[in-house]
Amino acid sequence: MAILDLMTGSKATSKGMVVFAIAGFTLHTLNVVLRLTISGHMPTASLHEAASFFTWCIVLVFFIIEYRYKVGLLGSFVLPGVFVLMLSSSVLPRELRPLPVILKNSWLWLHTILAFAGEAALAVACGTGIMYLIQERHVKSKKLEGLYHRLPSLRVLDEINYRLITIGFPLLTLAIITGALWSEAIWGTFWRWDPKEVWSLITWLFYAIVLHARLTAGWQGRKTAILSAMGFIAILFTFFGVNLLLKTFHGFE
Amino acid sequence: MSILVIGLNHKTADVEVRESIAFDSEKIKKALNGLLSLAGVKEAIILSTCNRVELYLYADSDLKTVERVKQYLAEFHRFPFETLDGALYAHGGVDGVRHLFRVASSLDSMVVGEPQILGQLKDSYDIGLKEQSSGIILNKLMKKAISVAKRVRTETKIAENAVSIGYAAVELARKIFGDFSDKVFMLLGAGEMAELAARHLTGCGVKEVIVANRTYERGLALAMEFSGRAVEFDSFKQELSHADIVICSTGARSYILNFSEMEKIMKARRQRPVFIIDIAVPRNIDPKINDLENVYLYDIDDLQGVVDANRNERLKESLKAEEIIDGEVGVFLNWMQSLDAVPTIVALRKSAEAIKNEEMAKLYHKFEGVDEKYKDAVEQAMNSMINKLLHQPTTALKGNDEDKDILIYAIRKLYGLNGK
Repeated sequence: MAILDLMTGSKATSKGMVVFAIAGFTLHTLNVVLRLTISGHMPTASLHEAASFFTWCIVLVFFIIEYRYKVGLLGSFVLPGVFVLMLSSSVLPRELRPLPVILKNSWLWLHTILAFAGEAALAVACGTGIMYLIQERHVKSKKLEGLYHRLPSLRVLDEINYRLITIGFPLLTLAIITGALWSEAIWGTFWRWDPKEVWSLITWLFYAIVLHARLTAGWQGRKTAILSAMGFIAILFTFFGVNLLLKTFHGFE
Repeated sequence: MSILVIGLNHKTADVEVRESIAFDSEKIKKALNGLLSLAGVKEAIILSTCNRVELYLYADSDLKTVERVKQYLAEFHRFPFETLDGALYAHGGVDGVRHLFRVASSLDSMVVGEPQILGQLKDSYDIGLKEQSSGIILNKLMKKAISVAKRVRTETKIAENAVSIGYAAVELARKIFGDFSDKVFMLLGAGEMAELAARHLTGCGVKEVIVANRTYERGLALAMEFSGRAVEFDSFKQELSHADIVICSTGARSYILNFSEMEKIMKARRQRPVFIIDIAVPRNIDPKINDLENVYLYDIDDLQGVVDANRNERLKESLKAEEIIDGEVGVFLNWMQSLDAVPTIVALRKSAEAIKNEEMAKLYHKFEGVDEKYKDAVEQAMNSMINKLLHQPTTALKGNDEDKDILIYAIRKLYGLNGK
């Protein structure tokens, strides 16, 4: 439906998209809550649950931004990604798994909520980054057609992108800190150079550079947009790649 | 009687004729009374803008009436009839309705899609209402025209994109900066087109206006007009470190700003975006600076290209608008036809019959097994009641009263014959 909106741009499809998104989100919330009450812990114990919960967080962030800025077309850039994530989550084994007892404590809640919220904010930042790049292309090349008329101004896109990174980055930072403290509480060591930890650190450094360049060298607009789109790839790899390709003790399985 | 539109516009009359035929609001009032006193004219509304003068009438649409109205118009303005007659067009019935809908939707305007015409039409309608020169027919027609225009506006993109250089510049600036309330605008040099574009931009509320002109005094005068400040021309490069929107139009024969200078300026600006419009010919600014990040440079040809593309877009959209209008013309004509006496009488009868049948059915239901002859008696009584009740209204509708339209309108409304 979101892609349809991108193509036709009629009001009816826009409305349809919002209705479908809200309906989907409501059902999804129900699913998350059910899993939470049945298993008694955060629904992030398997990769399926994690992907599904991650998607849920992204849609939540999308709704907040949509409500706050009323950016047309944001859904067309975020929701297809959400759809792919949801699809990939649905092919993963979906049974409820008991969580090892040693992991069951309040750190679990804190760490996962922080991590997921942060990454969801950065995911939506990726969407606005791509929108910025398309709009910038139009203005720069003087081809003012197609999406140019419907995308919002460069400033608004840059502003939302920056806002999301400034929200996502501290959350990611706190997630890594709580992760380290949690690790200390269980295994007695803060840092074990596990691939998950390493890739989280890489992602964190990446966004740290983005923010630093913006604040000191005045990097904004196109450069930040490109970086925030790339940063999301790092997040996706940390999220799925590490679990599927590398050996990690970090959760989900 | 039918709808009759008589008028002239920018296509049929040049500006001298339009000027002499234009009405101010006092004259409109006088002319409305005059028009209503003409034989065959029942309702009238006058629209007068700088591009058109049109009379909307509910009148006999025979040639004599048309001729009378034209004569009156010439006499009213003391303008030679022959010259005026050559510029006037007259549309009756379907064509008249369509013409008005096209005017209201700005399809007939000089700049297709420009929004002022609808407001002007509303004002004319208001005067008609106040002077009571418009009645049931024209009131309905005007309301319909306004709603058609709104439909066209929302359902097509006819008014969406800028079709003048000045507006195109504003629109682009909006796509880059969103709102301008914290942006600094600089005018480099002067010139008619640059000033016009500057007026559009400053009209949208920028934070500060700077004018840099070779002759400082001229710059100062312009700065006063935009309530900004004037600077020496040579200092414009320093000013560029905080000016966000620049319109440039100097008589310089070579580039006054080159790539490496702009590169330095961007560092001083900490890469904040800047939108430069170079409408000078020959160009004043090295086109290469458009390659710099966060610099958006448009020259006069680029803007003209935007405007041309938008014009084409509007023309395409106007085809959609014509379709909407065709449909609405049909709806209006149906309404007008319903105001004829015969269909109204038929509808009135039908509605009475329907009520009778309904009541009879209820009655039979209650008295099952009653003798047929009683039923017949009841039905006959009901029929004669209907006939007696409808006799007066029917005679009135068939008569030749002056106010027959009002009568028909009232009956349709009172008896709920309009389907709603």
